[in-house]
Amino acid sequence: MPSDPLVAQHVLEFPGGYTRTTGPVIGRFLSELRARRIVGVRTAEGRVLVPPLEYDPATGEPVTGEYAEVGPAGTVTTWAWVDEPLDAHPLDRPFAWALIRLDGADTALVHALDPGDPKALKAGMRVWPVWRDRPTGHITDISHFVPEVTKIVSNVRAEYRLQAGGALRVFLAGIERGVFLGGRCERCQKVYVPYRLSCPECGAAIPETLELPDTGTITTFAINNLPDPRAPQVPFVSAYILLDTTDIPLIALIGDVPVHAVRQGMRVRAVWVPESERTASMANVRWFAPTGEPDVELS
Amino acid sequence: MREVAIVAFAQTRHTAHDTGLTEPELIAPVIDEVKERTGLTRFGFTCSGSCDYLAGAPFSFVSALDALAAWPPISESHVEMDGAWALYEAWVRLQHGDVDSALVYGFGKSSLGDLRTIMTLQLDPYYLAPLGLDQLSYAALQANAVGADRKELDEIVRRSRADGRSNPYALDLPEPDGEDFAVRPLKRTDVPPLTDGAAAIVLATGDLARRLCANPAYVTGIAHRTEPHYLGMRDLARSVSAADAARAAGVGKGPVEVAELHAQFPHEEILLRRALELGGDTRINPSGGPLAANPVMATGLIRIGEAARRIHDGAANRTVGHAAGGPCLQQNLVTVLEG
Repeated sequence: MPSDPLVAQHVLEFPGGYTRTTGPVIGRFLSELRARRIVGVRTAEGRVLVPPLEYDPATGEPVTGEYAEVGPAGTVTTWAWVDEPLDAHPLDRPFAWALIRLDGADTALVHALDPGDPKALKAGMRVWPVWRDRPTGHITDISHFVPEVTKIVSNVRAEYRLQAGGALRVFLAGIERGVFLGGRCERCQKVYVPYRLSCPECGAAIPETLELPDTGTITTFAINNLPDPRAPQVPFVSAYILLDTTDIPLIALIGDVPVHAVRQGMRVRAVWVPESERTASMANVRWFAPTGEPDVELS
Repeated sequence: MREVAIVAFAQTRHTAHDTGLTEPELIAPVIDEVKERTGLTRFGFTCSGSCDYLAGAPFSFVSALDALAAWPPISESHVEMDGAWALYEAWVRLQHGDVDSALVYGFGKSSLGDLRTIMTLQLDPYYLAPLGLDQLSYAALQANAVGADRKELDEIVRRSRADGRSNPYALDLPEPDGEDFAVRPLKRTDVPPLTDGAAAIVLATGDLARRLCANPAYVTGIAHRTEPHYLGMRDLARSVSAADAARAAGVGKGPVEVAELHAQFPHEEILLRRALELGGDTRINPSGGPLAANPVMATGLIRIGEAARRIHDGAANRTVGHAAGGPCLQQNLVTVLEG
C-alpha cells in the first residue's frame, strides 16, 4: 500500500465474478470442451467457425445448427512470445500466444502455446491441445497447446570389456613409468606415437620402442563446450600435440592456461599425476600445459 | 450533406504521470480554451468519449460534465469509445439541421491502473478475456502477422519521438534505444507511453463556421467501419475496415498532405498506410502521434484535431485524421478535412 496519505488504493472487483449466460452456440462449444472435444459451427455458406459464433461475421446471417468436430490438432498461423508472463496468463513460464487453425476449421483459435524451445516457433507448425485435468466447460479446459510429436528420444546402451594387449599394452606400461613410447619405421624414417607394431604407411614391422620427450607443439586445437568426464571444466581445450622428434600428433587436453590463450605453435609439456597415483592409463597425463618457450612456426 | 467544419481544437499538455487532477479538472482547461477561441459558451450538442474502466469508476463521464457548465440542461451524449467517435456522433447530429454547433471532447487517465491488463476487459468474456490476453500480447500477435522489417519499425518510433519532442503537448521521450522485448516481436520501445490527457473540438456548420474561424477545416468525408472482434476470424496482416472507411470517406479523391494516424504501435502505422493507400508524399503524424503521447480515449480525437490544426494554421489544405478502437485495429474511423 502507498504510504502517502493522499494516495489510496482502489479495487474494482465483482466478487465471485459475473454470471453470464452462454446462449446455445457458445454453450454447445463449451459443453463439448468439457467432454474434451473441440467443435466448430457451420455457416450457411459452409464455412466452419472455431470458436463458434452465433452469426457469421462475413455475412451477418445466423449460423446453421450443424456442429463439426475439428482438430484436435491444428496449424499455427501467427504467434507472439511472452518472456515474462502476467498473473492472468494461462502459463506461469515463458510461452507463446498463437492463432491456431484447427484441422477442419476455416478460422483460427487464439490460445497459449508452449513450444518448449522458442526457436521452434514458426507459422505452419503443427500443435495439439493439452487438456486440463478436470474440465468444467471453459475456454481454459484446454490448458495450452504443444507441438506435434515429431521425434522421440531412444536410449542406447551396451557394455563392453576392452583389454589392452599388443602394442597398446607396451605403450601404457611406458605411461605407467611416466614415459611416452613410440617407434620408428626404419624404412619410412617416421616416428609414430603411441608405439605400434607396424608402420601404417609401408607395413614394415617396428620391433623396437623409442622413448620420446614429453614436450611438444600444438598443431591445432578445439574449444569444447560440452562437458567431458576427463576435462576439468567447461569450456576446455583439446589439442593435437606433435611431441618433439615425432611425426604424428596425439590428442590430449590442454590445461593451466585460459582457453582463449591457446594457439597453434604453442609449446607444451605433459603434466603427470604424482608418481604414487600412476597406473597403466592415459589418466596419468592430466593434460599438457604451456612451457613458456617461444612459439614454433608450423610448416 | 450539411457543411460541417472543425473550428477549434485544444489539448492538454499531456503527462506521463498522474498529476492528481480529477477528470473534470483535467478537462476544464481545454473546454475553456475552445470556448474562448470560438466565443461560444453554449453548444447545440455536446458529446464525449471516455472509458470508465480507466478510472475504475462507473459513470465517471457523468461527473466529468462538471467541467462543462451543464445547467440549464444541455443536449448531451457520450460514447464509451475514443472521443473521435463522439465527433462522429456530433457530425451526424449536425446533419439533422436543427443545431449549428457541437462541442466534442475525449479524456483519459491511463496512469491510474495497469492499462495493459485493463485492456483485457474489452475482450469477449467467453473466448478471449479468460485467457488473460492483454494489450501488448494481442498487439504482438498482429505485429508478427504483419512481419514488418525491424529497421522500418525502429525508424517509425525514432521519427515519432523526435516529432513529439518538438510538439509542446506531447511527451519528451528520448531517442529509442535498447533491444529489450515487451512481448516478442514487440520491443519495449514499440510500446506507446502511458499518458494522461484530454482534448476538445468545436464543430460548426456553414456560415457559423466561417464566422468562428478564419480557416475552418471542413469535414468533406467521415466514415467508420468495424471488423469481427475475434482475432482468429480476421486476417491480422491487413486492415480491411480501415481501407473500407478510407474509401467511404474519399481519402483517395485528392492528395493527402498530412495524415494523423491512430497507430499505437509502429506496425499499425505500416498497416494503416497501406489501408489508406497513403503515398510517400503524405507526412505521417507530424505531431509525433500516439508513440509520443497516448492519452487513451482522447488519442484518436487528437489525431483529427492535429489534422485540422494544419488547415487552421494554413500549413496544409487537405489532411486526414484517423482513429482506431478495439483489439488489433478492430474499428477504424477516417476523416478527410479540407480548407
